[in-house]
Amino acid sequence: MQTALQFGPILVHLDLLLRGLEKTIQLAALSILFGTAIGVLGAVGRSFGPRFLSWPIACYVELIRNTPLLIQLYFVFFSLPLFGFKLSSNTAAVVALSIHLGAYATEILRAGIEAIPEGQIEAAKSLGLGRYRIIRHVVLVPAARAVYPSLSAQFILQIMGTSIVGAIAAEELTAVANNLVMQTFRSFEVYIVIALIYFALVQAASLLFAGVGRLMFRWKV
Amino acid sequence: MSLRDFGPNELMFLLLATRWTILLALIAFAGGGVIGLVVAAIRVAPARPLRWLAAAYIQFFMGTPILIQLFMAYYGSSLLGYRPDPWVAAAVTFSLNGGAFFGEIFRGAIEAIPRGQWEASTALGFRFVRTLRLVIIPQAVRLMLPPTVGFMVQIVKTTSIASLIGLTELARAATQVNTVTFQPVMVFGTVSIIYFALCWPLSLYAGYLERRFATGTTRRVETPLGMSAV
Repeated sequence: MQTALQFGPILVHLDLLLRGLEKTIQLAALSILFGTAIGVLGAVGRSFGPRFLSWPIACYVELIRNTPLLIQLYFVFFSLPLFGFKLSSNTAAVVALSIHLGAYATEILRAGIEAIPEGQIEAAKSLGLGRYRIIRHVVLVPAARAVYPSLSAQFILQIMGTSIVGAIAAEELTAVANNLVMQTFRSFEVYIVIALIYFALVQAASLLFAGVGRLMFRWKV
Repeated sequence: MSLRDFGPNELMFLLLATRWTILLALIAFAGGGVIGLVVAAIRVAPARPLRWLAAAYIQFFMGTPILIQLFMAYYGSSLLGYRPDPWVAAAVTFSLNGGAFFGEIFRGAIEAIPRGQWEASTALGFRFVRTLRLVIIPQAVRLMLPPTVGFMVQIVKTTSIASLIGLTELARAATQVNTVTFQPVMVFGTVSIIYFALCWPLSLYAGYLERRFATGTTRRVETPLGMSAV
């Protein structure tokens, strides 16, 4: 039968697939790191920062959450060079992905911060804790703990979201797949293999995030 | 140097392309909603093998990137002997993918209805489908409505990746206009505003529904996975 699936020609290029996987992990890890940092700053800025900061942060969150990642990606990739930032495709991808995740992380963490009872902060004040230590230990860490499931779900989505950065010629797993399709003409088989790799990556990441969560938030409430 | 400037014609071109984004979103919403309802029903059905099948379906569509699913549908169709068509591939993929997410949303709402309702209607002699249709779903609607509207935002945004298999909707029109004008700030700024204009009212409405239905109900159905990938 002509249409029988053939995986041989694809598995020959295992090294390419693994390099693509490595790039995908790199993109995801960097953007999760920067995105979470943006989220922490955004959430704290919105809840504790000066008033003039809260409106721009709200705009940033709403704007990013209501436009597609693909458009954000194009915007960063095509616009930044006009302002003198010459970025490689992968750097532009990290920038766009971080800005994207930053908005979601801000919103998720803000929900956690708002759920902290006022009495907890007052108690910390009466113990003589400074503003920085209150925000860090009394608000941020318990808030992060409360919203950690939503946050890690968002991280998983971020990992899958990296698949579209091939649109700006960045290197990652999906881009490798597209190249392999052109080399082997075995499009369907290639995407089956890639889907399996992503699926394994997502499952591994879920386990990792669950483990990290258990380590980070070990104490009882 | 650019071939032309971003003017009224280019803006019109983008606005006309928005039709296809909206149409694609409507197809995905309708297809995903119907599939989601079936998937949710199977997920709570008494037959265990069916439940596993539905769970596997959801696992696959939620656990792999939608872009890969789209490529599989697009290139897989030629394997089955059809000529690849971006519209068919996009409609099928977005419906199946939406079906998985809607399935989870609906299931969450269905499971939030107290067990006693099931038992009461069994006692009245109702079978599974009639119980679901006449007793459970009418009560679950108010629980499933806010996350459903929230997920519509997600659908509108996700249609943008159909541009990557060559379907000329808003995102693809944007790259085309950008290529001839090379005014990316203007082009992608405008396109962002268009997407925002489509999505933000839905976001606000979802938030409003959530607040409105939050009173009087103890349980809330979260949108699965905190939503939004692309």
